[in-house]
Amino acid sequence: MPADAVASARAADTGDAGAGDAGARGWLQRHLSKLVVAPSFAAALIFFYGFILWTVIISLTGSRMLPSYEIVGFENYVNIWRLSRWETAVENLFLFGVLFMGLSMALGCLLAVLLDQRIRAEGALRTIYLYPMAISYIVTGTAWKWLLDPGIGLEKAMHDLGWTGFAFNWINDPDMAIYTIVLAAVWQASGFVMAMVLAALRGVDDEIIKAAWLDGASLANIYRRIIIPTIRPVFLSAFVILMHLAIKTFDLVMALTAAGPGTATSVPATFMYDMAFQRDRLDFAATSAVMMLATVAAIIVPYLYSEIRSGKRG
Amino acid sequence: MHRATTGRTLGLAVGLATALAGTGAQAQTAEVLHYWTSGGEARAVAALQEEFEAAGGTWVDAPVAGGGGDAQATVLRSRVLAGDPPTAVQIKGPNIHDWAAEGVLANLDAVAAEAGWDDILPPLLRDIVTYDDQYVAVPVNIHRVNWLWINPEVLAEVGAEVPTTWDEFNATADALLEAGITPLAHGGQPWQDATVFETVVLGLGGPDFYRQALVELDADALTSDTMIAVFDQMRRITGYVDPNFPGRDWNLATGMVMNGEAAMQIMGDWAKGEFAASELTPDEDYLCVPTPGTSGFVLNSDSFAFFEVEGDDRVAGQDLLAGLILGESFQETFNLFKGSIPARTDLDRSAFDACAVRSMEDLDSAVAEGSLVPSMAHEIAIGRAPRGAFLDVVTQHFNSDMSSQEAVELLLEEVELAM
Repeated sequence: MPADAVASARAADTGDAGAGDAGARGWLQRHLSKLVVAPSFAAALIFFYGFILWTVIISLTGSRMLPSYEIVGFENYVNIWRLSRWETAVENLFLFGVLFMGLSMALGCLLAVLLDQRIRAEGALRTIYLYPMAISYIVTGTAWKWLLDPGIGLEKAMHDLGWTGFAFNWINDPDMAIYTIVLAAVWQASGFVMAMVLAALRGVDDEIIKAAWLDGASLANIYRRIIIPTIRPVFLSAFVILMHLAIKTFDLVMALTAAGPGTATSVPATFMYDMAFQRDRLDFAATSAVMMLATVAAIIVPYLYSEIRSGKRG
Repeated sequence: MHRATTGRTLGLAVGLATALAGTGAQAQTAEVLHYWTSGGEARAVAALQEEFEAAGGTWVDAPVAGGGGDAQATVLRSRVLAGDPPTAVQIKGPNIHDWAAEGVLANLDAVAAEAGWDDILPPLLRDIVTYDDQYVAVPVNIHRVNWLWINPEVLAEVGAEVPTTWDEFNATADALLEAGITPLAHGGQPWQDATVFETVVLGLGGPDFYRQALVELDADALTSDTMIAVFDQMRRITGYVDPNFPGRDWNLATGMVMNGEAAMQIMGDWAKGEFAASELTPDEDYLCVPTPGTSGFVLNSDSFAFFEVEGDDRVAGQDLLAGLILGESFQETFNLFKGSIPARTDLDRSAFDACAVRSMEDLDSAVAEGSLVPSMAHEIAIGRAPRGAFLDVVTQHFNSDMSSQEAVELLLEEVELAM
């Protein structure tokens, strides 16, 4: 390690007289970075990993209104699947997650590529597409609720304009309501994906693209063979961010449909909230939290691992 | 009671109030945790504060807005776990017993004996606020859940009488549908679905069946033919609401009855506040009648539970507050603000409107004939976990094409899981 070698050489240069002092300073120099991050590391250890551990323990107990520490084993993990509400929530999460991530990515990339064509007023357009991300999910949910409400929103506007056959009542249809959440979430997040991808596109070396042009490659081929592989790390970042947005989706659902009609748009986060704060079932709440964490880990860990490995090799 | 345990973490406000109040010999302090933060409710709780302060007490207000008490429950949980419970907390129903079972509630028997609570409270309400035959909470009011609110003009349009059985209700509703009027104003939120559900249970099954199914959670009752008939009736009701009902708040549904968009609404007597706010008169502009088939009374009640606190001033404050809450003047002021009826049955009725007086009379007769039942939808009959199971199944049935047979099977399964 060259850096260490330099440091120790410098320490040796100071000679015997200041050895103790230099040793302390050297120690400080070597460990300063660790000392600086120690408080936040300790906080993360306690408040993040510590409470994950606590939640796992609670999920193994029969806690109801107050936490208790009588272990009942994996009973909760079996029983939770007998709750129709949990089943709905898990199905919805997968449906929502796949559609939300897929559509946001696709739409975001498309917008970025289109904006990358050196068009006029790019700055203004970029801001317009990015702005939804600056709005809180509660606002998004409430605004879309009004838009989608057949009594006051889009359907009524169309009827008032004379198109009386128009019907768009997904939000009141238990089978379709989950797609209204996808719609609002994609509207919110795709501009963000666009901004990330656009920034990455601008970072691609112009020389390579020019070289490809000279070699007669088509635009589609340039994107497919050169640009997209170059900006791959950005997809990982976007993917990670979108996925955690999908799994923790709570406020959007509460504002848009309040998990209804009935329980049709329940997601694991609303399930957990209900169990912990409305039903005095801390055991089921903790169990669902652990299962959400496990789901994230199951997807993220292998992906991160492969990305890091291929990153090192490259 | 002894003072000053080490390591207690008092909130700054409480500490300050205790210090200030501690200067007088007869100091009385009460920290009151509640979620009455809006409109008439806020006015009602301010009335209590005024009375308490007029009697020389120091009131520390601890309102927690939001979530219909969910946010408050979280605050309460963390404060009890930290060993610093508030003096009085707005909790209700079996939740009082849950806290009493944890051994953290105070004994109010002395106040109760002095004021003769045993004689003035309806027996069902006494069971709710006592644990092991000791008073641990004080009821504030009584709401009746099984009210049918009617716009008489709309009903007259189809020449229908006020329905007194569910068959009559269905016939009236069919006639209204034919005339192009929405028969029932309803908001598709789980608790509202459950409110309608429990009035149907009482109407079709009677008070004994209601108690077996919704209080004792008897498996045979839950899967009985009567319960299937209840879900059949719920299925009919889904045809009587407008297509736009999902997610609608209850007060908007009340508005539909007021302006004639819909004929009827099934809702507790807090709906009266909406009619009153529009300056409508009961029995003229709107009718309040018991829901079809029920001579019974579905009871909902707000109450304050008193936690075991330390310090003479706080214990004294607790006794004073408990006495005031069931006192005649507060019972009248509060319930006029809130639209409910007094928790004590011996008050003068002249200040109350026609609906409230009818509610008081029906309460007396329901107590006499044993048809007073606790509300399931409003967390009086059963704990929050089994109540949640009912809400899930009732709302799923209401919002899908699930058959009644499937519904009762699912109900049994979910209720058993929630026990």
